[in-house]
Amino acid sequence: MCLGIPGQIIEVKEGGQFGVASILGVKREVNLSCVYTPDQPEAAVIGSWALIHVGFAMSLIDEDEAQRTLEILKEIGELQEEMDAIAQSGSKA
Amino acid sequence: MKYVDEFRDPALARKVLKKLHEVVADIPRAKERPLQIMEVCGGHTHSIFRYGLEGLLPKGIEMVHGPGCPVCVLPMGRVDDCIAIAEQPDVIFTTFGDAMRVPGSKKSLQQASAEGCDVRMVYSPMDALAIARENPHKRVVFFGLGFETTMPSTALTVMQAKREGLNNFYLFCNHITIIPTMKAILDEPGMSIDGFLGPGHVSMVIGKQPYNFIASHYNRPLVVAGFEPLDILQSLLMVVEQLRDGRAEVENQYARIVPEQGNLNAMAAVNEVFEVREHFEWRGLGSIAESGVKIRQAFEQFDAERAFSVATLQVEDPKSCQCGEVLKGALKPWDCTAFGEDCTPETPVGALMVSTEGACSAYYSYGKIDVHQAG
Repeated sequence: MCLGIPGQIIEVKEGGQFGVASILGVKREVNLSCVYTPDQPEAAVIGSWALIHVGFAMSLIDEDEAQRTLEILKEIGELQEEMDAIAQSGSKA
Repeated sequence: MKYVDEFRDPALARKVLKKLHEVVADIPRAKERPLQIMEVCGGHTHSIFRYGLEGLLPKGIEMVHGPGCPVCVLPMGRVDDCIAIAEQPDVIFTTFGDAMRVPGSKKSLQQASAEGCDVRMVYSPMDALAIARENPHKRVVFFGLGFETTMPSTALTVMQAKREGLNNFYLFCNHITIIPTMKAILDEPGMSIDGFLGPGHVSMVIGKQPYNFIASHYNRPLVVAGFEPLDILQSLLMVVEQLRDGRAEVENQYARIVPEQGNLNAMAAVNEVFEVREHFEWRGLGSIAESGVKIRQAFEQFDAERAFSVATLQVEDPKSCQCGEVLKGALKPWDCTAFGEDCTPETPVGALMVSTEGACSAYYSYGKIDVHQAG
């Protein structure tokens, strides 16, 4: 029920309340009211990725935060590899 | 798919899992009884089963499947209300697909549709509004269901109906709120949950701050979590690290979607259209104060409860159905006498078997993988 899917906003329609998002290549009209106000330039949202839920763009996806989360995950992975290597080397203090 | 595939990397998941095993091994009390971590949201329940994560977790972690599946906590009487509305003349009843097969005391919406009621599945409340525009001589009712994630979309749809001056569109509002419900769970006698995965998409609307009392008052960690396998594993790691270190904080693993303060546009729309109900009835949890919302007077012309004099009868669940006990975590799905016998996803007796986010449906469809990998 609460799930959503990432889509890229490709058009803002006249009035600014609605737009078009490309979701897995399918174009669909979406309501932009949660992520856009008509006093903003269209460039504020066009090209942006948003979480689409029941036909509404609910949140713009923060690319920097996405990268940061992936980096933390990769660091956990790298640290884990290093710890494994230390454990396997068998030389204990 | 961008923002999805990278959070499903199996090689990375294995490493995060290994770290998770190590951290749990460092928590002595996890050897006496597993740390109970509740995923509040049904979307998380679905992901945990779909990706078989439960069977990969350390023995020192027990997932408790929370109440965050709106279809599952919907009392039977509300389904009866829907059918009573759908059976009235000149009504087109629109709903998300999830609710179609939920049994009422006599039938489901799907059965009502087979018997001739005009019940239509829609993807979006805006689709229901379009049906109202196309059918000016019909009364079009949208069944508004869901937590804060879905509330802004119905609020904005009602606002749009008002702007357009539509006089044949109605909302049957059954929206519920997560915070009073979590508080009710935390106040249950004998509550033994050690930490929480917070609902990612509810939080993108309400932000992080509303959960602070869970850390400060109840001394339990909560990590707002995304829905991909790596999101869930990382969030679990963050919860158990807090438990290992003796911390209780609200953290946000899902920062790519969840801003600290939530979505102000969305909350403004919700507050314009809805106000808190004194009580709302939940399946299994009973009546919880201030856990639902209703339509404000300024939008009463769109309120199906007023237009259709909805009875809101309380209906007991069938005797064989133990959804309530499962929802509270007192019973595992397979302990229910109806599970897999009378109650299957094809012929559900209880709501937990209907929704793909329900714990019973998840166990039935994906099975319980009981392979605990040693560290």
